[in-house]
Amino acid sequence: MSTQDNRLSGGLIDRERPLRFRFNGEELQGFQGDTVASALVANGVKLVGRSFKYHRPRGILTAGSEEPNALLTIGEGAYAEPNTRATVAELYDGLSAKSQNHRGPLGFDVMAVNDFLSPFLSAGFYYKTFMWPRAFWEKLYEPIIRKSAGLGALSGEPDPSSYDKGFLHCDLLVIGAGPAGLAAARSAARAGAKVILADEDFRFGGRLNAETYEIDGRPGAVWAEDTAKALAEMENVRLMPRTTVYGAYDHGVYGALERTGDHLPDTDGKPRQVLWRIYTKRALLCAGATERPIAFGDNDRPGVMLASAVRSYANRFAATPGKRIAVFTNNDDGWRTASDLAARGVEVAAVIDPRDGSPRAEIPGASVFMGDAVAGTKGRKAIREITLASGRSLAVDCLAVSGGWNPNLQLTCHQRGKPAWNAEIAAFVPADPLPVGMSVAGAARGALSLQAALTEGQAKAEAALSDLGFKVSGEPVPASSDESFAVTPLWHVKESKRRAWVDLQNDVTVKDVKLAHQEGFLSVEHLKRYTTLGMATDQGKTANVLGLAIMAEQRGISIPEAGTTIFRPPYTPVPIGALAGRARGKDFRPYRLTPSHDWAEEQGAVFVEAGAWMRAQYFPREGETHWRQSVDREVSTTRNSVGVCDVTTLGKVDIQGRDAAEFLNRVYINGFAKLAVGKTRYGMMLREDGIAMDDGTTARLGETHYVMTTTTANAGPVFRHLEFCRQCLWPDLDVHLISTTDGWAQFAVAGPNARKLLQKVVDAEFDISNEGFPFMACGEITVCGGTPARLFRISFSGELAYEIAVPARYGDALIRVLMQAGEEFGVTPYGTEALGVMRIEKGHAAGAELCGTTTAQDLGMGRMVSKKKDCIGNTLSERPELNREDGLRLVGFRPVDKSHALKAGWHFVSKGSPTDMAHDEGWMTSVAFSPSLGHSIGLGFIKSGDTRMGEIVRAVSPATDSDIEVEIVPSHFVDPEGERLRG
Amino acid sequence: MIINHPLLGPRDSAEFTYLGDASLIERPDWQAEDAADQFHDYLYLRDNPAGEHRELWFHEQGDRSWLVVTRNTLTHEITKVELARDVARSLGRSR
Repeated sequence: MSTQDNRLSGGLIDRERPLRFRFNGEELQGFQGDTVASALVANGVKLVGRSFKYHRPRGILTAGSEEPNALLTIGEGAYAEPNTRATVAELYDGLSAKSQNHRGPLGFDVMAVNDFLSPFLSAGFYYKTFMWPRAFWEKLYEPIIRKSAGLGALSGEPDPSSYDKGFLHCDLLVIGAGPAGLAAARSAARAGAKVILADEDFRFGGRLNAETYEIDGRPGAVWAEDTAKALAEMENVRLMPRTTVYGAYDHGVYGALERTGDHLPDTDGKPRQVLWRIYTKRALLCAGATERPIAFGDNDRPGVMLASAVRSYANRFAATPGKRIAVFTNNDDGWRTASDLAARGVEVAAVIDPRDGSPRAEIPGASVFMGDAVAGTKGRKAIREITLASGRSLAVDCLAVSGGWNPNLQLTCHQRGKPAWNAEIAAFVPADPLPVGMSVAGAARGALSLQAALTEGQAKAEAALSDLGFKVSGEPVPASSDESFAVTPLWHVKESKRRAWVDLQNDVTVKDVKLAHQEGFLSVEHLKRYTTLGMATDQGKTANVLGLAIMAEQRGISIPEAGTTIFRPPYTPVPIGALAGRARGKDFRPYRLTPSHDWAEEQGAVFVEAGAWMRAQYFPREGETHWRQSVDREVSTTRNSVGVCDVTTLGKVDIQGRDAAEFLNRVYINGFAKLAVGKTRYGMMLREDGIAMDDGTTARLGETHYVMTTTTANAGPVFRHLEFCRQCLWPDLDVHLISTTDGWAQFAVAGPNARKLLQKVVDAEFDISNEGFPFMACGEITVCGGTPARLFRISFSGELAYEIAVPARYGDALIRVLMQAGEEFGVTPYGTEALGVMRIEKGHAAGAELCGTTTAQDLGMGRMVSKKKDCIGNTLSERPELNREDGLRLVGFRPVDKSHALKAGWHFVSKGSPTDMAHDEGWMTSVAFSPSLGHSIGLGFIKSGDTRMGEIVRAVSPATDSDIEVEIVPSHFVDPEGERLRG
Repeated sequence: MIINHPLLGPRDSAEFTYLGDASLIERPDWQAEDAADQFHDYLYLRDNPAGEHRELWFHEQGDRSWLVVTRNTLTHEITKVELARDVARSLGRSR
């Protein structure tokens, strides 16, 4: 049985495809081609929500994306999307919609009590009411206000839908597929240009679908359909229905949201929405215009609608919003609602036009009141009666209101464009300067008649294309009519006795605007912020001009003098999910896997994010229940026998050229000119301001060939810096750089048995004995019978150690070979934790020490800065403040009570000094449990640390109430003389 | 934003990393008598023009060229894009 009492005949719906849906649990019916709003209208549903602040009953106001009232939660469970405009949501079979912002049933919302409290809830009420006592704001007022005011609620669950992003290029982007847009796209397509035609609606045609105009002798909707069909067949055209171009960005770039799956019961794994970035040579804005209401008493009653929306529902969706409708219009276009309704057999009770003169059309059966206005409405949850300024009352179940049309010029203002006032249509129109490459045609420019839209659409497209060098055909413009849009502005009906709404979404009334004026919030930007006019999901599309016109009236100035607020992207709301696209969860950003990753996974390694990489953190063995057990074992095995660690992630820069040595000399603080071929040297780089930037080793593989390593985290920034130095500072140095971080798999092999292990892997013709390949040696070798490799005798662990590199594709094979070769020594793989423990035991600086505030001096490397040459950072590192005697120095710390575990971040205070900022002497940067020493150790910066060895200071953390005594010690906890690494 | 790379043509600004004022090319002479002052000015003093601004962009996701981009800070209009190396040479920088 049909529930659609208000369904008319005809319309652009598919009656062969009935759909079922639920609204607040009640099962209703509609057809394919309906929006949720039009289906509700067809079912006679008037009450669809409660207002933001006063919880007033609200109905559908519009038939488009400007809708302030009919915001529903659509979908179930985690899929539920709040604040969906019923007027743009396409109906599908099984759709479930719920109204928002009420406690108890929609028809009896207990929060409606707010409406009776309205005298206390006017503009700026919370600034005034909840000022005192201060603590009450956070604890009492705000939670209550947040609960009672507002829109829909999120499901609280992760969004299960997927989203995607894409990039498109075109010669001409046509925004809006109404008459102007279709005429433009048609003309541009025939000229052979690459055209994109985007429209937020699922059906092309814009107002043509809602009106009864004819074009070239055909009904407008048919012309639109035919034109779209012809365009769809052209290869140079991309049609994008359900796509909102929401932002105009620099240099012809546009943002667009395509709703690819919102109209489907199930997207079948495909993205729900796609966010497009469209690169255009030219863009033509054909976004049409939005009708505005007139403010009068109780004009927010369900059943009060925009006249154009009533026409849309009747003509396009064959659904009448009422059975006895009155029309209130200050312009000729509004009269079309009355004629169209009458032509469809809907009773038109009256037309009320505040202008004087004779009726603009003959409406059968309707009373006409010229020079009168609607001053009030009655009815509880829907309109029942209207009262005119003249005192007359009329029984109606729907009131269609038209206050004129506002061009949809938002996108013309996204680069600070300011609209101009056009008195003829009493609206703002786009004004120069427009965004580069953009032009505007049709109603969006203020040319409201159909013929003007068609003519301008074609002309502007042709102009843009000629500009790009296309030959345009100059064919005749489709023929239509030049109907009248004559308007006499009326913003609010002064005879109204009750509150008259300006902004329905934010519950802003004429009284609130007057109050803002009274209290000195005169500028439109202040008005907006004080009253919330024009905020939230609809961005005041139906409210803004009304609000500022009333403010202008109060101030006794003209509307253009009052000005408008600035429009910013997005034109309509864009879900955060769409902006995130696929960059969520572990795909938030790309991460890289080391060459030994698969192998490490097989070993059951625990991984950790390190910069852009996933690295093995430690390798738990059976029976180990705590990470410390694994790490302690990895450290001990390495120090006592041998361990292997994947160090591929360290940045590698291949440096070649006749001036490579000179180049290195200028980017490192220490000298590199005399580094011999086959040798490696530690180097430190400063920023130009004298602060330490990064460190690493550089190996000289040949006369003009070096390989630099950087820290994992700084691989990118250091490379960028080196290129800056090379290209911008010394453009004629003969030096070339290439990042080879991913090109080589590199493993540290460390421990007393490291050499024995490697001798089993390195081909026999290469001598890696202590004499043949001493500490800091490097060379190109082969392994496993001819596989090319590089060997560096460098040590981060402090043990006898090598780093061996092979082309990345051999990395997986090499780790397996190394582990097999090491079996007889009980080799262990070690992860980043053990790596960290061993470097702390050796006092090597890492990220926590190279933290962007410390100098070479602080790091104990002040003497490395060569005074005999220029290098980056050299000059400013000599500033006195950076060279204070009592400056910070990197030293070691151990707890006086060895059972204490140190923590990074603790600050140092001398014994007997108060724990405050004035007595702060430094901080702990890195800590570890040292399995070699059997207690906790730390590195840290403390004032004059190098001269305070043996002193006991306090390490404090006021945040955690910790305060223990620590002893200042040299930072080399293990093998201070460095005998092991030279062994 | 689109940057018209002198070698590669128009590229999206997302491919680039921004550094700052192009005057960073003009690194002072470390042996000048007032080198400390010169370096201070070089590093810390910047004009903040409302209008044309020459700035350094690095094509990090591309060919690794450093570019000098002349951009209007009011309109974002880009009127000139040069290889920083050429600019450096024209300023007399060499080795």
